Amino acid sequence: MNGKIQADMTLDCIGLACPMPIVKTRKTIDQLADGAVLEVQATDKGSLADLQAWARKAGHQYVGTITEGEVLKHYVRKASTAEAKPEIRYPHTASNEELAQRLASGDDVKVLDVREAAEYAFRHVKGAISIPLGQLASGYDALSPDSELYVICRTGTRSDMACQWLAEHGFSRVKNVLPGMTAWTGETQSEVEGN
Amino acid sequence: MMTTVKAMTSGELARYLIDRKPLYILDVRNEDVYGDWRIEGQSIESINIPYFDLLDGVEEAVKQLPSDGPILVVCAKEGSSVFVAEQLAEAGLREVYYLQGGMKEWSEHLEPVKAGDLPDGALYQFVRLGKGCLSYMVVSGGEAAVIDAMRTTGVYEAFAEKLGVTIKHTLDTHLHADHISGGRKLAELTGAAYWLPPKDAGEVTFSYAKLEDGERIAIGATEIGIGALYSPGHTIGSTSFIVNGQYLLTGDILFVASIGRPDLAGQAEDWAGDLRRTLYEGYRGLSEELIVLPAHFGQIDELDENGRVAAKLGDLFRDNPGLHLEDESEFRRAVTENLPQHPNAYQQIRQTNMGRIHPTEEEQREMEIGPNRCAIHDQ
Repeated sequence: MNGKIQADMTLDCIGLACPMPIVKTRKTIDQLADGAVLEVQATDKGSLADLQAWARKAGHQYVGTITEGEVLKHYVRKASTAEAKPEIRYPHTASNEELAQRLASGDDVKVLDVREAAEYAFRHVKGAISIPLGQLASGYDALSPDSELYVICRTGTRSDMACQWLAEHGFSRVKNVLPGMTAWTGETQSEVEGN
Repeated sequence: MMTTVKAMTSGELARYLIDRKPLYILDVRNEDVYGDWRIEGQSIESINIPYFDLLDGVEEAVKQLPSDGPILVVCAKEGSSVFVAEQLAEAGLREVYYLQGGMKEWSEHLEPVKAGDLPDGALYQFVRLGKGCLSYMVVSGGEAAVIDAMRTTGVYEAFAEKLGVTIKHTLDTHLHADHISGGRKLAELTGAAYWLPPKDAGEVTFSYAKLEDGERIAIGATEIGIGALYSPGHTIGSTSFIVNGQYLLTGDILFVASIGRPDLAGQAEDWAGDLRRTLYEGYRGLSEELIVLPAHFGQIDELDENGRVAAKLGDLFRDNPGLHLEDESEFRRAVTENLPQHPNAYQQIRQTNMGRIHPTEEEQREMEIGPNRCAIHDQ
């Protein structure tokens, strides 16, 4: 299952006792770009609760954890400064409810999830296509410019940027889904067991 | 600069609590864990700052801590408390300790205190301060019986060896839901008989001696007897013991400041009536001079100046709020509604005590984390 979770960097904290996993995670995340995902491998069971609590306070996004034998693999996404003050510029938006309704009616609409692959792996809208924002320029060939496209991310900021970019590249039927996955209550899928 | 951080053992911390010596605790675990379960005592003050808020410096903590007197830094297992304690010492605080083995060891520590005298022996109470559990050793004439033993059985073996007595019997007042019983293990290790009330043992996978109402178990060459008194309510099999006509071991039926909850085996409604009959009729018929020794305490102030949790039965009929719910429907409401949260992992603990699952030592420790919450007034 782990093959499906992608991280930009992996940090080895195997065998380290508290407080070292958090000490090292803090140092390492500073070296990452905004929005990048860090995988932290640890064997200290307490690292799960500590990492969640620390990420909440530090403003980073705790994405999820998978367990492989004795090893816990935690995924944390570095908060980006742009996300701190969400700015929605693309004019065509849709509510979570509107998208859920369109999907439930079986309409021919596509959902594009522009979050990082690791975020997508833990939980995404059923049937959503994954192209992280940073890979949109190289990955958008897979999409048809004529299809009706609902673009979603965690809070609406990355999807706003994706919508603007897609509009500039000939996509005419694109909507930004607000507020996004953070409040999504419709049907979801996961690539990770137990999630 | 030479730092002066010292380890404090759980045994040393226990003396601070029992002797009511002032101690300031900086607990560096997560806020939710601290909110759920922490070290408390009349002479203890504590604050909570998670260690990851102190990684860049401890100024914030130093501002809130007193400049003199002992300071104990506490975390889950020890690592973070050493880390923070060293920084506090470098920042100039003089008497800084860390808790050796952290809350993990504290939750298992048993502090033996003498509960009272017996002919040619004594009755000892083992106070598990970190969890509020009480277990007992009845000693007379070179023999011993252990009641409601914790899973850390080495403590009882070492104590018996120190006294030069042989453990002949281990007994459980009921099938426990808040801690893993050491009764069976201790019996296997010492060759003792393991006693359990049969009505609580319907699903157990091992053989045991049946603890029936009226059973008398002799300890030592003298005439000390443990008399079993069927007292259902917390569980259907709950049994109390009267030791030498002096002491009433109530298990989880009657505590010093509260009464037992009837819901942990899933039968609050059915057992509320049994609980009321045991408390208001069964115990009423006993001598008010009996010293009540329960299997739990809820608040640290239930410990007397010797660290013992005990009270005269007559005093409890006067003072215990759980014995003043005269109206039957009021009683039923009190023991079935607005109960505290269940003890951590109580279902798995019951399964373990039935011998139906076999968690590892580490898993057992995890299952027992947190307060006991066996009384209706626990938080």
